[in-house]
Amino acid sequence: MLDLDVFLQQLITGLSNGMIIALIAIGYTMVYGIIELINFAHGDVFMLGAFLALTLVGALGIEAWGPSGQVAGVAVLLVGSALFCGSLNWSLDRCAYRSLRKSSKLSLLVSAIGCSFICMNLGLFWGGVPMEVFAGGNAAAAPKDFPALIPQVNLLGDGFLRITPADLLVWAVTIPLMIGLTIMVKRTRLGRAMRAVAQDPVAASLMGIPVDRVIGATFFIGGALGGFASVVYSLYNNTIGFQMGTRAGMDAFTAAVLGGIGSLPGAVLGGLTIGCVRAMSDQYLELRWTNTIVFCILVLILIFRPNGLLGATRREKV
Amino acid sequence: MRWRPGPIFIILALATCIPLLDQILPVELQLSEAVRGVFLYAILALGLNVVTGYAGLLNLGIAAFMAIGAYTFGILTCEIYPFQLGFWSALGLTIPIGALAGFILGAPTLGLRGDYLAIVTLGFGEIVQDVLKNLDVVTKGTQGINPLPAPTFGGHEWTADDEYKWYYLLLALLVVTVIAIRNLERSRLGRAWFSIREDEIASRSMGIRVERIKMIAFATAAAIAAMAGGLSASILSSTGEPSNYDFQISILALCIVIVGGIGSIAGVLVGALVMVGLNSIVLVKATAWMAAHGIGSQGNVLLSPNNWKFLIFGLALVLAVRLKPSGLVPPRIERAPQ
Repeated sequence: MLDLDVFLQQLITGLSNGMIIALIAIGYTMVYGIIELINFAHGDVFMLGAFLALTLVGALGIEAWGPSGQVAGVAVLLVGSALFCGSLNWSLDRCAYRSLRKSSKLSLLVSAIGCSFICMNLGLFWGGVPMEVFAGGNAAAAPKDFPALIPQVNLLGDGFLRITPADLLVWAVTIPLMIGLTIMVKRTRLGRAMRAVAQDPVAASLMGIPVDRVIGATFFIGGALGGFASVVYSLYNNTIGFQMGTRAGMDAFTAAVLGGIGSLPGAVLGGLTIGCVRAMSDQYLELRWTNTIVFCILVLILIFRPNGLLGATRREKV
Repeated sequence: MRWRPGPIFIILALATCIPLLDQILPVELQLSEAVRGVFLYAILALGLNVVTGYAGLLNLGIAAFMAIGAYTFGILTCEIYPFQLGFWSALGLTIPIGALAGFILGAPTLGLRGDYLAIVTLGFGEIVQDVLKNLDVVTKGTQGINPLPAPTFGGHEWTADDEYKWYYLLLALLVVTVIAIRNLERSRLGRAWFSIREDEIASRSMGIRVERIKMIAFATAAAIAAMAGGLSASILSSTGEPSNYDFQISILALCIVIVGGIGSIAGVLVGALVMVGLNSIVLVKATAWMAAHGIGSQGNVLLSPNNWKFLIFGLALVLAVRLKPSGLVPPRIERAPQ
């Protein structure tokens, strides 16, 4: 039997997690759109962003800032992680991908897998930093508790549904970012340059567009969105670990493919879908099958509709 | 024509001496048990090399086929199941079953472009692991299927203690695999694989049935990986838990192929020596050495060599692709005259 309130509650959880997945998915889709690389390391950049946020919480003592100070603290975390993840993603492109632009797609992909492993290992080391927030760094590999700076109380009182300030935070951060990004891609000079490079890098460079710099900017923006997502994720789920990048990365990549890779609205639609599928599967199937279901969706979409729900039909170039 | 020993022959000939060397070395320096692992992963990576090196299809889920082989072996031999076959017949059966699994995954996906195919194989690897873990009625979940039989040869059963017998059995199977792949490489089929790797459209117009040739590459790789899985299960006398066949194993195999030399048999052997050597000889010996000298890993994540594993794999991939894209021992490429 389907209880309506249970269903709606899972829907809310699913949509909130879905927005976070969507934010990560945009990072995949932007990079894929411009250089056709599945940036494997993106999920791990996201993970490192969460570790930076937790470090900042510990170093600045944000927990002791009082209720209104904590809101300011969250803003600090968002900006800090976004800058950090953006720079990290940019550096990956600069160090590991840029020199491979002319080699085969597969070597680029292999390089990205390598970066993902390196970042994951850095996350493991980071967990061993002797700080109080990392439990003294004693169990480096263990998941870390992220303090609930945004209280998880029900705003609807004793109503049958539960919406918390953390839910609102997710929406308040992700929606403006997505709108801003869409405007940036559609209206600004940089956005136009990005679309030009995505369409034809050679022609774009002949038109005087600094292709490498535009690609670098794309990596920075994609990474920064991952950074925002990492803070929101940590505040919403309250636990982080060095292996969470793989899981989040696969969900987000599935979302990007589901919506049609290269398409921004597609990434959002895909993210919301995957978030809801996960929530419903957790509730109505068994928790342990959820990952399998997401992977099955990914495989089936790739086989039967590789252009995704909103992707344009495009043949591979000869 | 005068016969000259090639690099593959030299590597394999040197490998036969290691157990003899162990007789005179002190216990801490003995290598044959660790080198067994090199042989096992060399077999797995030779399989991956067929699909990724020869046919140019990136497969990120080779460990899944290893898992399928291991569980096939387990279900066919373990006493709690009705089959209870012996070692050799069960190991023989892992090969066609692995090929069948490769066929099932390959049939719908081989039309995909390279990077999507890579993701599908990655997804397949995760699905297989989850299914093995969750279908605990059949697979015993995280306990793994055990005990499993060791090979028998002329009435003698080999136990885990018979280290040298295991060593030479694995070496012999590696040699058989190398010979088989070497023959395939030089056959019509092997040339068709190279041809579709270099240019799919040109091959198609030369009359090569691209889908079928890709499928054979996929199934061959899966069959070899499944055999490696069956062997590993027999060595451990258990399939182990499903997460023993996770993405890390697929990446280890990929590292071996990329670092050694993509598409080169000698390269794969050298790559297996380097990567597995790092992974299960240097790191393990370093851990033992540090424990013996009182450098505890307690409280410091950096002091446990095992914690550097991902970093080593990752750096190996990034640096190999960047600095030595054709690997330590590049394949000898026969080019048509210009």
